[in-house]
Amino acid sequence: MRFAVIQFPGSNCDQDCLHALRDDMAQEAEYVWHKTDSLAGFDAVVVPGGFSYGDYLRCGAIARFSPVMAAVKTAAADGPPVFGVCNGFQILCESGLLPGALIRNRSLQFVCEEVGLRVETSDSPFTCAIPVGTILRMPVAHGEGCYFADHETLRDLETHDQVLVRYVDAKTGEPVAAANPNGSLANIAGVCNRERNVFGLMPHPDRACNRRLGSEDGKRIFQSVIDTLAGRRPAPKDDAVLAPVGA
Amino acid sequence: MKARVIVMPKQAVLDPQGNAVRDALHHLGLDAASVVRVGKFMEIDLADAGDRPALETKLHALCRDLLSNPVIEDYRLELGE
Repeated sequence: MRFAVIQFPGSNCDQDCLHALRDDMAQEAEYVWHKTDSLAGFDAVVVPGGFSYGDYLRCGAIARFSPVMAAVKTAAADGPPVFGVCNGFQILCESGLLPGALIRNRSLQFVCEEVGLRVETSDSPFTCAIPVGTILRMPVAHGEGCYFADHETLRDLETHDQVLVRYVDAKTGEPVAAANPNGSLANIAGVCNRERNVFGLMPHPDRACNRRLGSEDGKRIFQSVIDTLAGRRPAPKDDAVLAPVGA
Repeated sequence: MKARVIVMPKQAVLDPQGNAVRDALHHLGLDAASVVRVGKFMEIDLADAGDRPALETKLHALCRDLLSNPVIEDYRLELGE
């Protein structure tokens, strides 16, 4: 599979993503500079973490107007997986490809630690290779990762099974307040769009693909995308009937 | 001509920065400070801005698209000298 790793001025996890994809997942991956206006020839798109445009104005607010984002929107509309990590998640929210917004951590502190993540659904190209309820361990590193959406949007997200991962206590698997690193509503760590082919999350699977880094759990997310692209697992259908969380 | 844009977090959005500033005001003796909200103020110099209604429409669009995020913020636009 051929992955595009978008580079904005100020991206700093582009190398982590490229390394994880090439060396840990044995995939083809290329950098794509933000001035590029086509993503032709790529099977999937990764929007990496960092501080695009210095996080000026709001995180991701300026990056969303880069030429490459028009190509990312076109790709997203065509159905290939688009995957944003950390600042990439913020950019996808700012560009309207994902619902909600990411605001200053409730603690006002930059958090840099390992978190527990519970996989809430396997019905997505990003989690199809991971059983529901699986606890993944991977690092977070951000100052503005507090997920916010209004009541209606939150209800929609739950109704349509769009919360893919939640912050939980790694031992008990419960989404308790102590396990929430940034104050995100409902312990939300990552969401997908209604069509399920765009996904953003604050934790870094790209920094959890090698045992020497403390965790290989990030591989399971990349592997889900690879399996979906290889057709080894059926891509979720638009009209899939989904049970609300807790039903 | 100048455009002034004030961007504030929406009422429903938690503003931990505002709370921290409120606590500092209390610490410095202003017990009366009950709520503090921190926003942004932007001043845009406009040279030869042309047709005012068209300019205002354009500025409102840019306030919604770039200068504020309507999911979490409200804005106010003032046009003047």
